[in-house]
Amino acid sequence: MSGNLTKASETSRRPRGWGRAAAAAFFLTPGLIALIVLAIVPMILMLTYMFFPRGRFGGVVYEFTLENFERLSDPLYLGVIGDSFVIAGTVTLLALLIGYPAAYAIAQLPPRWKTIALLAIMLPFWTNFLIRIYAWIVLLSGPGLVNGALTGIGLIDEPLDLLYNEGTIVLGLLYGYLSLMILPIYSAVEKLDPRLREASANLGASPARTFFSVTLPLTLPSALIGAVLVFVPSFGNYVVPELLGGGKAIMLGNMIRDQFLKARDWPFGATLSLVMIVITFILLIAQAVASRRVRNA
Amino acid sequence: MTLLSIEGVSRKFGDVVALDQVSLDIRQGEFFALLGPSGCGKTTLLRILAGFEWPDRGAVRLDGADLLRQPPHRRPVNLMFQSYALFPHMTVARNVAYGLEREGLPKDEIRTRVGEVLEKVGLDTMAGRRPGQLSGGQQQRVALARAIVKRPRMLLLDEPLSALDKKVRAEMQLELKRLQHEVGITFVVVTHDQEEAMSLADRIAVMDNGRIEQIDAPIALYDRPRTRFVADFIGANNLFTGTVTATGFEVPGLGPLPCKPDLPNGLAVLAVRPERVRLGEPGRGAADGTVVDVSFFGGVSHIAVDVPGHDRKVLAATQGPARIAPGAPVGLFWNPDDAVLVPA
Ligand SMILES: Nc1ncnc2c1ncn2[C@@H]1O[C@H](COP(=O)(O)OP(=O)(O)OP(=O)(O)O)[C@@H](O)[C@H]1O
Ligand SMILES: [Mg+2]
Repeated sequence: MSGNLTKASETSRRPRGWGRAAAAAFFLTPGLIALIVLAIVPMILMLTYMFFPRGRFGGVVYEFTLENFERLSDPLYLGVIGDSFVIAGTVTLLALLIGYPAAYAIAQLPPRWKTIALLAIMLPFWTNFLIRIYAWIVLLSGPGLVNGALTGIGLIDEPLDLLYNEGTIVLGLLYGYLSLMILPIYSAVEKLDPRLREASANLGASPARTFFSVTLPLTLPSALIGAVLVFVPSFGNYVVPELLGGGKAIMLGNMIRDQFLKARDWPFGATLSLVMIVITFILLIAQAVASRRVRNA
Repeated sequence: MTLLSIEGVSRKFGDVVALDQVSLDIRQGEFFALLGPSGCGKTTLLRILAGFEWPDRGAVRLDGADLLRQPPHRRPVNLMFQSYALFPHMTVARNVAYGLEREGLPKDEIRTRVGEVLEKVGLDTMAGRRPGQLSGGQQQRVALARAIVKRPRMLLLDEPLSALDKKVRAEMQLELKRLQHEVGITFVVVTHDQEEAMSLADRIAVMDNGRIEQIDAPIALYDRPRTRFVADFIGANNLFTGTVTATGFEVPGLGPLPCKPDLPNGLAVLAVRPERVRLGEPGRGAADGTVVDVSFFGGVSHIAVDVPGHDRKVLAATQGPARIAPGAPVGLFWNPDDAVLVPA
């Protein structure tokens, strides 16, 4: 009798298996359909090209081959992948070094200034990315504003070569994606109970010790999310290297674009895309693992 | 010997006066309780002592040295936060060890002391858990353990036992008393629980609206409240507002009431504890009334008496079950020495 009662109350408290599944399906279906039709199916279709050679005049010849993968070992391509990695890594590191203190500082501002600072960070997003990158060309070109200002105050005699090198690409990417680092860190610092830092100080920890033992571990998972958010679009970027790299330095994204649009080598383009997807995926897993580690340190 | 002296400390938050000219001395080795209604400034006072809040005016000295000049992490006081403030990313054991690690103690000693204190608060089996995996009462005990394991000069505890059940609470109270007597730690404890304050504290400060109303030993506080607020706030009391005249204490509508008129002439309030009120035949006592309610609390009974001309029911407490029923006419009696006059 009492056994029946507990059973009944348990089932009434918790929806049954199929009920939950139905609810989950109801909410997930639209998103899943969109994802499958718009992203996964085209991606699979495109990735199948990897296993076919390219036709003589572009297009795809449907004969199974692995030669696209062999081509990957060409130092030319490996070099570009490596460069992209270094550039995106540099951008991520700089974004972390600049973004963390900035986010931390914003979180300490009085509420009104907080809103203003956050607005200032979001504001550039209201303008097209391309236009903002062009603006950098205007700023950095030989007769541009920066060189003009520097010569004007007599710091330099000749305009500097500020444009079209890897540094410029790093600058452009950093400019484009820094906010993706700041926002998650900001929200983590903001959510952090100030009493925790006080408790740490009260137990005898210096401000530096408190930062490394309390503040940093509790905000690091968000910093890792920020790092992925910055790294992924930087790594696959082709607009910034195209415009600010002047075609001299190219990244993986440009190479993929060239394979598809210039060389008309869809199979190899697909192979390079796979490389990018795999690297991104590995990073996401690394980020998930790392933040779990930090949380359970 | 005075360990801590607080002189004229005031703190305002915008228009809110959190502390208003607070002055008090806390003696070495003393168990000092802060008692007062919600929002009266208790936490603010502790936060000033710990260094997370600064007074607008006033001075705080510890051992004669200016405490306000010391940064929070150098002060020899430990605060147990009202909200616990446990580190969510550390286990219970690491939370408790944190303060000892900052002292640079040897690892073995830290492990022993953490083990000991966790056993004392009854959480030795939870050492490996994270705060998020504990109940509210368990979290509170971790916070308590984290504060007491440091054995500082002075422990500031903000509602340290509020989330504990009666039995565990009694055990923790004993443990605090033991720390006071054996280790010689000075305690400043905020509590909402009057009985707790009464039974634990050597002295109690009653606060209201950022002001200290009275500082006294528990018995003196209970028997001789000095303000109307204290008379009303501490324990149950029957209050009669009236005037002190040359002949005695006169309440409009009730006439003269028995007391020792030790206040200057003018408005005053007479406070009589329910357990000091005896019921007897009508017509001979201080006032007459009708019993309206009798409630039995096990050891004692409370009898509410409606007195014409007085807006609050007069409470009387008797030992054991009351042999009287609602509707009975009664007279109220008390000894003049048992009634306390306070300024209105
Ligand atoms: N940082 C702050 N900013 C603004 N007002 C504050 C701040 N801290 C405290 N106050 C106000 O000061 C008064 C005293 O607060 P305090 O926390 O000291 O009360 P308390 O006696 O500890 O109350 P409780 O028993 O509810 O914990 C309250 O009115 C509170 O709203
Ligand atoms: Mg409080």
